[in-house]
Amino acid sequence: MPPVLVFARLTVQEASRRRLLLALLILTLLVVGFSAWGFNKITTVTRSDGTPLPPEQVTLITSQLLIVVTFMYSGVLALSAAVVAGPLISSEVESGLLLSMLARPVRRSEVVIGKWLGLAVLVTLYAAGSAFLELTAVNLATGYLPPHPIQLVAYVAAEGLALLSLGLVLSTRLSGITGGVIALVAWLMAWIAGVVGDIGTGLQNPALQNVGTVSHLVLPTDGLWRGAIYAMEPDVILTALRAAGTAGRANPFSAVDPPPAAFLAWVVVWFGLMLALSIWSFRTREI
Amino acid sequence: MAEPATVSTAAAPIDGAAAADSPAIHTVDLSKRFGKTVALAGLSMTVPRGEIFGFLGPNGAGKTTSVKLLLGLLRPTSGEAWLLGERIGDLGTRRRIGYLPELFRYQAWLDAREVLALHCELAPLPRSTWKEEIKAALNTVGLSDRADDRVSTYSKGMQQRLGLAAALLGKPELVFLDEPTSALDPVGRHDVREIIRGLSARGTAVFLNSHLLSEVEQVCDRVAVVDHGRVIASGTMDELLSGTAVRVRVSGLDEAARARLEPFGPLDDEGEHLTFTKLDVERVPELVSTIVGLGGRVYEVQPRHQTLEDRFLQLLHEDES
Repeated sequence: MPPVLVFARLTVQEASRRRLLLALLILTLLVVGFSAWGFNKITTVTRSDGTPLPPEQVTLITSQLLIVVTFMYSGVLALSAAVVAGPLISSEVESGLLLSMLARPVRRSEVVIGKWLGLAVLVTLYAAGSAFLELTAVNLATGYLPPHPIQLVAYVAAEGLALLSLGLVLSTRLSGITGGVIALVAWLMAWIAGVVGDIGTGLQNPALQNVGTVSHLVLPTDGLWRGAIYAMEPDVILTALRAAGTAGRANPFSAVDPPPAAFLAWVVVWFGLMLALSIWSFRTREI
Repeated sequence: MAEPATVSTAAAPIDGAAAADSPAIHTVDLSKRFGKTVALAGLSMTVPRGEIFGFLGPNGAGKTTSVKLLLGLLRPTSGEAWLLGERIGDLGTRRRIGYLPELFRYQAWLDAREVLALHCELAPLPRSTWKEEIKAALNTVGLSDRADDRVSTYSKGMQQRLGLAAALLGKPELVFLDEPTSALDPVGRHDVREIIRGLSARGTAVFLNSHLLSEVEQVCDRVAVVDHGRVIASGTMDELLSGTAVRVRVSGLDEAARARLEPFGPLDDEGEHLTFTKLDVERVPELVSTIVGLGGRVYEVQPRHQTLEDRFLQLLHEDES
């Protein structure tokens, strides 16, 4: 097996043996169970005259609640990716774990790419698995399914991968705690900068709008989150948001348009840059 | 920067054709700085194949830095080096090298057999040989009966044995052992000495980094003493330990009186016991009369061949002065 795949396998194996996967599975099942119960309650809500809510209203409420629940999932994924990626290399350098392995015929780029690959598999599997469970539960409870579930998974996974990539860059030079904290704060700041951009859109203030745009370029997590939202919005919501004009765009839990192709292209470039930066940083680090 | 020191005369750089007959290690003016700190100052040395080479020095002398430079974990500030005829950093050469780091740590969530399989995979060794290689390595370091236990359940000594086993995989031509017995009990240290002798017997060169002088004295063919990033002495044991040391048991000597014993050479002062680490036996009567003249009382005088520790302390004393 090539060294890249050996390090990827080792990363997955470590997460499994350290029971990280088991913990995530149990927590996810708990959340899915509780949220299924909650979503089911929507269908039993009655109006003041005692009649049940019409299906359109159930869909409306479910779609909005699903966005909030998904925000929680994306948060868990981002937090986990940052916390796990932060010490991915630094802790193994500090403990000496990498010393004997780097004395083998192994390139440092293979270590970096392998570890990224291993965690990327975990992030993607978690995003796909939790989305499948949650959407299945919501569908069984309410009959609602978001319009673009595959894209939803792709955007949420990409958000986790972005945090993973940032954490990995930091991990090549900083301690695990420092790298993890910086990645988390960066994720929160990017989200807040996105909100500032929304306010700028609502107020038609170009300076504030630029804050959102620049933050999407520096750390594209919020931009990807907007893609996930768009994938969850039914047509009725989109129509209403578009009708509201700029006010409809000034909301961190709504998206009127899908992410532009140029932004998605930039995201691909951004991932490449982060990996290249990680490799360069680790290659030039003295151990 | 301090003056470069030479362990043995450097030959010309080795071309590929001569690689098979090339020394295990060859360095020319290898230096390393960390900012303003000189970690290694112009190391030039040649370690032949099959030799057990001891690299001695106090903590912070530059021993581990040297090993890391040779293994490509650090980049030299200047100078050149070759391992097994290839320039340091060559990936292919690393297939033929074993390494036990001073800071040994292995995947706590794997068992010993899995850790060694991982190193077989990275080495890389043909998969058909893994089973035998792992079995032999575990047997050599005495871990066969714990091979299926997680590393997290191992003591530090057992982890060091595991590291040694990893370094032995694939019958390397050169093995770097950085403080290989730091976590071992006396039995373990004896075992490691036997392993090192066994490596040498089959033609493997061993670069032994250690500050445990008795250990080095017992196994090494040749040693170099490094201090403040410079090699301050080198040679075979016979060449280095040609002098005599004199150990005296005394009382009644205050600090000032002890200072007046300086003409008798470097002194290892252990309170009641004073060891003159290089003193001709002919000067013993003079030494005793001087001590008595200073008001001291002599209970015991014990001339002996210089040990490596005597020589080491003498060299460090000379280097300081």
